[in-house]
Amino acid sequence: MAANPMSQFDVYRIGPEIKVGAFDISFTNASLFMILSTVSILLIFNLGSKKNSILPNKIQLLAELSYTFVSKMISDTAGSKAKPYFAFIFSLFMFVLFCNMFGMIPYTFTVTSHIIVTFVLAAFIFIGVTVIGFIKHGFGYLKLFVPSGVPAVLLPLIVVIEIISYLSRPISLSVRLFANMMAGHTMMKVFGGFVISLGIVGGWLPLSFSVALTGLEILVAFLQAYVFAILTCIYLNDALNLHH
Amino acid sequence: MVKKIYFQSIFFSFFFIKEAFAAESGGMPQLNPEFWVSQIFWLILTFGIMYLVLSKLILPKISNNLESRKSQILENIEAAEKQREDSDAKLKEYDEIISKSKLEANSIFNQAREKALKDINAKKEVLDKQIDNEIAEAEKEIDALRKNAPDKINKIAIETSSELLQKLIGAEVNNSSISAIVDDLSKRNGDKYYGN
Repeated sequence: MAANPMSQFDVYRIGPEIKVGAFDISFTNASLFMILSTVSILLIFNLGSKKNSILPNKIQLLAELSYTFVSKMISDTAGSKAKPYFAFIFSLFMFVLFCNMFGMIPYTFTVTSHIIVTFVLAAFIFIGVTVIGFIKHGFGYLKLFVPSGVPAVLLPLIVVIEIISYLSRPISLSVRLFANMMAGHTMMKVFGGFVISLGIVGGWLPLSFSVALTGLEILVAFLQAYVFAILTCIYLNDALNLHH
Repeated sequence: MVKKIYFQSIFFSFFFIKEAFAAESGGMPQLNPEFWVSQIFWLILTFGIMYLVLSKLILPKISNNLESRKSQILENIEAAEKQREDSDAKLKEYDEIISKSKLEANSIFNQAREKALKDINAKKEVLDKQIDNEIAEAEKEIDALRKNAPDKINKIAIETSSELLQKLIGAEVNNSSISAIVDDLSKRNGDKYYGN
């Protein structure tokens, strides 16, 4: 019978239990897919950068198009000052994209469907951006919470709202990605279960839904990686060019 | 009808599946902290290694490739531009040479024509002079002839008249009286005969 739609998110140990002090850092299926994603990223981009031909082959074109895509995204949203952070945002975008896309293959595990993974990424971005902001502007970075052109009466309220919205950035960033991935995969699993339970007679409708959902989920996988990266760029832009 | 049954069966299957899942449902595995540390550890490890390799080895190479392609394309465009300028200059030179040689040919032609005209004129003048001389000479001859003509005619007339008279009358007539008559006649009618 159909499996629990949440069981696809189960993390289980592969191989022996590894413990460092009180911490369990065993190799799990999540670790496996993180390694698969990073290895495929490194493989593709290594192949794509090996030969330098004037007329690029397919894999070189792929690597160069990704490079120019991310570099354009960064320069469009965060300006030229964000150039030193290009490698990080590129890695971030590729990592999230590949983890999302690996999750679209049946029987695989979606690394980004776990709140802890996305939250660690988002928290790292949040802390990094805040540190960059304070290094670049000192305490002037706090002006971020005081938008210009606001009536003095409203100012206390606005500042509180701004601080809350700033502090909720890591949560919104991580929950957005995690929830999208989890919801999409759960929905696909549920429709897959319908196909089995309705059998040869009634299973065609949920099957067609499943096919459509697969297309949608591939789109979402790309879109969420893009959104994750572009929000990082926007936060970085706040820290680098204080506009308020 | 078939459609209705179809949707009904889907609707009822919801309950069925819910029951099937309920048996093994255990909440969200994401909120189970058992493997959180492991996930954080492996995330930092894999992402860190990937970031290092990408930023130190691969991305500079891609950026290099892009730059070198860009510069090569720019170089090629520059070279093409230069060649075009060169060809433009050559074309201009060629045009100049052509127009110069055209001018030269024109001037040579003009010179030749002028020379020929001069030659023709000189020759014409010489010929004209010769013709004029000859005409003048001829006119002189004619004048001389014309001047002599009345005398000769008078003489002939006198001789003929004397002979005629001799034959008619049989007596010799004084030549001087005849010549007086002829002179008188020729003076009176000379204009009619000679047109002078």
